[in-house]
Amino acid sequence: MPSDTTAPETVLAVEDMHKRFGDIEVLRGISLEARTGDVVAILGSSGSGKSTFLRCLNFLETPSAGRIHVHGEEIRTRRDAAGMLRPASHGQLVRLRTRLGMVFQQFNLWPHMTVLNNLIEAPRRVRGLGRAEAIEKAEALLEKVGLAERRDYYPAHLSGGQQQRVAIARALAMDPDVILFDEPTSALDPELVGEVLAVIEALAEEGRTMLIVTHEIGFARDVSTRALFLHDGRVEEDGAPRDLFSNPASERLRKFLSRHLH
Amino acid sequence: MNVDVMIAALPKLLEGAWLTLQLLFISGFFGLLLAIPLGIARASRSIAVKALPFAYIFFFRGTPLLVQLFLVYYGLSQFEFVRESPILWPVLSDPYWCAIITFALHTGAYIAEILRGAIQAVPHGEVEAARALGMSRATTTLRIVLPRAARIGLPAYGNELILMLKGSALASTITLLDLTGMARTVIARNYMPLETFLMAGLIYMIITFVLVRALRFIEHRVSAHMRARPGGAVGVEPTG
Repeated sequence: MPSDTTAPETVLAVEDMHKRFGDIEVLRGISLEARTGDVVAILGSSGSGKSTFLRCLNFLETPSAGRIHVHGEEIRTRRDAAGMLRPASHGQLVRLRTRLGMVFQQFNLWPHMTVLNNLIEAPRRVRGLGRAEAIEKAEALLEKVGLAERRDYYPAHLSGGQQQRVAIARALAMDPDVILFDEPTSALDPELVGEVLAVIEALAEEGRTMLIVTHEIGFARDVSTRALFLHDGRVEEDGAPRDLFSNPASERLRKFLSRHLH
Repeated sequence: MNVDVMIAALPKLLEGAWLTLQLLFISGFFGLLLAIPLGIARASRSIAVKALPFAYIFFFRGTPLLVQLFLVYYGLSQFEFVRESPILWPVLSDPYWCAIITFALHTGAYIAEILRGAIQAVPHGEVEAARALGMSRATTTLRIVLPRAARIGLPAYGNELILMLKGSALASTITLLDLTGMARTVIARNYMPLETFLMAGLIYMIITFVLVRALRFIEHRVSAHMRARPGGAVGVEPTG
């Protein structure tokens, strides 16, 4: 793979992604290129397709058209009977998914496992790490999200903010190249939002590559390196967050901002 | 009512209870083994995969256990190849194995249906989280879906086990001296149906009681994640 010492490498490239649910076209051709260290905020009102876009990237939803490259490797696809794109090779799908970590709105921790077991499960079963090695890593990650002393708790015994921080640590445990955040603070009580955003911000400072679907405009403005505004399945605006938020070109983004910026 | 008669009947009835427990646990074990693949297939979205378990479950839930027992015990021996088979005939000519096979097939169908419901009750997000981390379908089923479904289905499974305990009384219709069969044999000698059946009923109740306690113990053991942390609320309100 050609690598340039000055320009950061392209980690994730998406070309012309489409997604149909029956007759409704939710994504109408979205392209995106993320380089190492990019923090891309994806904004848009509900129904604009932003979560669907994120979920198509790791094939939790099956896109109806489009190409995905991770580190220059194209994910080969085939069409299924319904005309949707399925990954052609299971090995490649697993590789894609381990490279793209995902953090969900509803955390989706496994409630029958302790915090520690939530963190070591995938490294052990998917990457074949030894138990001791997985635990060592998990403990370091819990330290990082400030929950080291909660390692033996069950998710139900943690607050929403703590659960989401565990979920972030779980995603990090796979050493992903890109982390996808699907509205990570939308299910949280307002007073718990800050602790989760602080963890994400710390990751941004580390130079992690991240795609963040969010409604937190202030956070997007301060932390992201780039912002995308989606409307009706298309990228309506794309630019540096400061320009985008202080000088929205479209009327729609202006309205969206005035609704979300109180 | 004659208490002495009840006590006199006890040794024979306990002998019968021992057979009842064998029928219950051996058929319960094989029924569970059968139910796991059936339940998983039944929860599939593919019609081809779920058709066979559906037909199976439909038959065993749709007909009385007694009819199923008679079909296996009396019905299968009508076939010449069964009578002439050196493998099938020793098994199917023995009422003990006929009862165990029938009960296993019967309870397997019910447990499969319980499992299907439990699998479908596992929140989809937990499965997606596993998928997003690169887990294969098999790993996700084994590590996330089944452990979660087992906990969700456990109370219903306990109920099925208790129903099966009492259903096993039908074994007495094919000459087996289980608790009910033994009670009838004892009555043929002592002519004391009230005392004898009361005693048998009491033993069934005691077995049920022990089963209920045991199941509650297991439920307690596997549901630590659902309870308040011992020592009170340190870290707070459950969400979701």
